[in-house]
Amino acid sequence: MPNPFPVDSVGLVKPQLIHFDEPLVLRSGKTINAYDLMVECYGELNTDKSNAILICHALSGDHHAAGYHSAEDEKPGWWDVCIGPGKAFDTDKFFIVCLNNLGGCAGSTGPVSINPATGKPYGPDFPIVTVRDWVNSQARLADYLGIEQWAAVIGGSLGGMQVLRWAISYPERLRHAVVIAAAPRLSAQNIAFNEVARQSITSDPDFHQGHYYEHGTYPKKGLTLARMIGHITYLSESAMREKFGKDSLTGGNFGRDLRTGKLNFGFDVDFQVESYLQYKGETFSSNFDANTYLLITKTLDYFDPAVDYDGDFSKAFSKGNCKFLVMSFSSDWRFPPERSREIVNSLLKAKRQVSYLEIQSDGGHDAFLLNEPRYIKALSAYLSVVAGESDVQSTKGHRHAG
Amino acid sequence: MRAELQIIQDWIEPDSRVLDLGCGDGSFLASLKREKQVFDCGLDLDTENIQKCLEAGVNVIEQDLDKGLGNFSDNSFDTVLLAQTLQAVQNPDVLVEEMLRIGKNCIITFPNFAYWRYRFYLLTKGRMPVSRHIPFEWYDTPNIHFCTIRDFDALCAERNIKILNRIVVDEQYRPSSLMNFNQNFFGINAIYHITR
Repeated sequence: MPNPFPVDSVGLVKPQLIHFDEPLVLRSGKTINAYDLMVECYGELNTDKSNAILICHALSGDHHAAGYHSAEDEKPGWWDVCIGPGKAFDTDKFFIVCLNNLGGCAGSTGPVSINPATGKPYGPDFPIVTVRDWVNSQARLADYLGIEQWAAVIGGSLGGMQVLRWAISYPERLRHAVVIAAAPRLSAQNIAFNEVARQSITSDPDFHQGHYYEHGTYPKKGLTLARMIGHITYLSESAMREKFGKDSLTGGNFGRDLRTGKLNFGFDVDFQVESYLQYKGETFSSNFDANTYLLITKTLDYFDPAVDYDGDFSKAFSKGNCKFLVMSFSSDWRFPPERSREIVNSLLKAKRQVSYLEIQSDGGHDAFLLNEPRYIKALSAYLSVVAGESDVQSTKGHRHAG
Repeated sequence: MRAELQIIQDWIEPDSRVLDLGCGDGSFLASLKREKQVFDCGLDLDTENIQKCLEAGVNVIEQDLDKGLGNFSDNSFDTVLLAQTLQAVQNPDVLVEEMLRIGKNCIITFPNFAYWRYRFYLLTKGRMPVSRHIPFEWYDTPNIHFCTIRDFDALCAERNIKILNRIVVDEQYRPSSLMNFNQNFFGINAIYHITR
């Protein structure tokens, strides 16, 4: 049978559900007694377990970062552009781990899971988990896999915040931190967008105070709207112009392509951008849980490691030796380059080793998921140096073993 | 360039913290890491250079020197280096002051515009000197603030900057005997080690 997948794909992958029995005390003071994490791994762990990379997902991501779950899958995992044999996160060299975070809706314990105390889905009663809680659960996953120290922890956006938290909470357990299109904390504008998203979900009549599972429904309208708002903040204005205004022969039309070629003089869809957003929103709403969406927007809003350090973010990095690679995108207005520079400046103040790149891109916030040539080249170069170090570690390990 | 770096290398302490402003492809920092185990930090704007730094495992920050160095704390580096870049920045005096704030000592190298060949070029042709070493026309040159050794000495005197060491070299990057006669006339490049 011919291989139906591209040669630089990890191919067919199978997630695994890992059960954890030790209670996890959360930042809020609440405790989750036991939980499951849905995990996907690519590549081979070397004998001294020095070549492991943890990939942290963002708001709508999950454990399925690369490859295909079946030959019929139309799309590979969400970061397939970076993960695979010969790619930036080279599965010929690294063992790559990605998980669905706690509170998620792709198999890990979250609002859709059954609450053992009630025998019903947690729904809105699932405790709010913070980035710190996630990283604590990820550390237990590392323990389970026997990985004492990650070669690198990598993430974009909310994923980048988890990387920062790793460097703060477990400074000895990673050698490299790759933080892409992130921020040290959300701005008032970021929180404002999240609040509009939450309001649109909770005001949907089908929300039922979060207990919609029992009513056999879900807040489709509200979640669609929330995603539409979110999606606008992930794209740049120029990306939208390009996407919805293809007749640039006439000098461009500011992305105002019409859906049916004429105005309808009504309140239905006139422009391509409207139908695109509605389509994206609706597709998302049928695949994602509204309670998880609410929860993760709160996780974002609450992220602020500096609060434990008198508001001085740099003090959070006083321990550890891991090196940092920070990257931002010129057209990202959700977490613009200035926010990444805040991270870099705090790291410099903490006398940490850091590299910083500001990638010229029209891709907006979502550029971190795209095949931006300079970005991918930079990641490849950085990670190949990391791979070289793992080889050294590996040889050292063998020498000790021998 | 390589010869210049050979001279500079001797002034850098092992295990020290080195900030290289305009670090290029990172080869100098890479060599310092190898030879002297320094903590390296390079600044550059050129995307090709930045890529090469990453490939060499050198820490590099994409940052414009003309937009200031306010993000670096006082005395946070042992040595701050500026090689062949002073003449290309908007405010050279401000940059020198900033370097002295950030570094315990600084190394600055620049082409000496009072080099006799440049003087002769200007005298005989009456046009801005163009040579192998400064191959630009006046309208497209990145070098907007040329100075001479005497100019830089004057700046140091005016600002109470202490010159720890100064080496002036000829075209072959050698401190030849002619140099003893008149550095500002025979030297093509100046290498200063300064502090406050």
